[in-house]
Amino acid sequence: MNAGINQQRRRFVFTTLKAAGGTALLGAGLGLFSNQANSLPTSVLRPPGALNEQAFLAKCIRCGLCVRDCPYDILELADVTSDVATGTPYFTARYIPCEMCEDIPCVKACPSDALDSSLTNIDDARMGLAVIVDQETCLNYLGLRCDVCYRVCPLIDKAISLDLQHNERTQKHALFIPVVHSDSCTGCGKCEKSCVLDEAAIKVLPLNLAKGELGKHYRLGWKEKQRQGESIVSPDVPHDFNLPEGYSYDYAGKGLIKKDQEDKTPYPANPLDTLNRSDSGVQK
Amino acid sequence: MKNMNYPGYDAVRTHGWLWAHRWLIARRVSQLGILATFLLGPWFGFWLVKGNLNSSLTLETLPLTDPYLFLQSLIASQSISNTMLIGALIVTLFYLVVGGRVYCSWVCPVNIVTDSAAWLRNRLKIKSTGSGIPRISRYWLLGLTFILALTTATIAWELVNPVSIVSRGIIFGSSSALLVLLIVFLFDLVMYKNGWCGHLCPVGAFYSIIGKISLFRVSAANRRACDDCMDCYAVCPEPQVIKPALKGESDSIGPIIRSGNCTNCGRCLDVCNKNVFKFSFIK
Repeated sequence: MNAGINQQRRRFVFTTLKAAGGTALLGAGLGLFSNQANSLPTSVLRPPGALNEQAFLAKCIRCGLCVRDCPYDILELADVTSDVATGTPYFTARYIPCEMCEDIPCVKACPSDALDSSLTNIDDARMGLAVIVDQETCLNYLGLRCDVCYRVCPLIDKAISLDLQHNERTQKHALFIPVVHSDSCTGCGKCEKSCVLDEAAIKVLPLNLAKGELGKHYRLGWKEKQRQGESIVSPDVPHDFNLPEGYSYDYAGKGLIKKDQEDKTPYPANPLDTLNRSDSGVQK
Repeated sequence: MKNMNYPGYDAVRTHGWLWAHRWLIARRVSQLGILATFLLGPWFGFWLVKGNLNSSLTLETLPLTDPYLFLQSLIASQSISNTMLIGALIVTLFYLVVGGRVYCSWVCPVNIVTDSAAWLRNRLKIKSTGSGIPRISRYWLLGLTFILALTTATIAWELVNPVSIVSRGIIFGSSSALLVLLIVFLFDLVMYKNGWCGHLCPVGAFYSIIGKISLFRVSAANRRACDDCMDCYAVCPEPQVIKPALKGESDSIGPIIRSGNCTNCGRCLDVCNKNVFKFSFIK
């Protein structure tokens, strides 16, 4: 009888140990694997309103309701062979970009709030940020007038603008440089989709890759000054050091001016008069 | 000459093939019917129900969410979405009434494959018993999925969960789900009898906890008629649950199968020539 109980106890302990050991092994494996499997490739984007990737993977229940309600069939669910976390929704901008529906049906469909339901204006979506990743092949950088990314941008002149620069190569033309503005770019991917190159020179990247960030302590002097209305470090000192007696220096570009005729130009109409001026500070 | 060919032979001979497979057929209709309802939308443009078995929306109003996934998401994100909470409560209440593991035998598409593997094992007389993995492993695995949700702060189990990979694969049309199905099938066929559903699957383990207190159950009501043909044990995916109810009269144990692991699949009702079993509400 005692031996029987002993036998039972041994079996119980053994079974428990076996299950515990197996579980621990599996847990370690899956835990390590999940780190890799949960990393989002930079070639794909999450739907509008998606929380940051970590929070998204905690909330997304992988039901595909957003995929079903996307009127343009843009979203896909990652399957088990995909390099996106199994069952989660994504789209590939270069293949088919987000159409930025005004009523944002994908967000409305989400039962888990992995797509943040507080997103009601699609212009506030931040699926990523467009970046000119290659200035060497971008046709506009080469001095041509491609402009396609600028033209297709749903927020033209806000999210992408063309900034003029001097064309050093021809010495007589302008470069129309596409510049993306992170305060407006939603990361819809239309620019990446329509880039005419074989491999897009403009790509939508995850925000954490695309954006730099100033140190928290860093202050931009001119902005602080603007906010304050005056210099916050020390009062602006007039620039009249080491000037000849009776002159001040107008730093708006007029050069040396005589104190008693500050509102007039210091230069007479005839340049010779300047040279012949007796009080010019230069010894004759 | 009892039991000469296969379990249920007597029942087929006495009552006919259809009678001896009535619950099996009903289950297959249920399992395939549920998948078919999900496919009405993508195939025919009739959106009766959207989503998949993880979470769905019926007729644009009724939200349903798998409570097991809801819990993992709750642990991982430490926040609650109302839609999911309501959906998970409805589903939990439903299974509290009809039996927790009714999900396994009447809804889950993987069950069709593991049942087929078990059937084929029987026919091919593959004998390896699967004593290597104790049935209790599933609860360890269940606990593990919750711990992983906490430590990785993501629903880590969903990366590999065959149950949702398969149902999602069918509903959203991904052929790689077939690969997962094949692995489960071979595992059950050649390695462990009822290996996946009966020993490892944490989804089933979760629903078996609901099943501990659910109302609708199998009862060996007519147990005195039992002629010890053992057919019910042979077809049951969880044969350990039968004995207390079927043979417990002398120990004054009631005829109702109390274990949460019973899936209410009704195969015992099918194959019993003597009509020992019936479905009944708990008293």
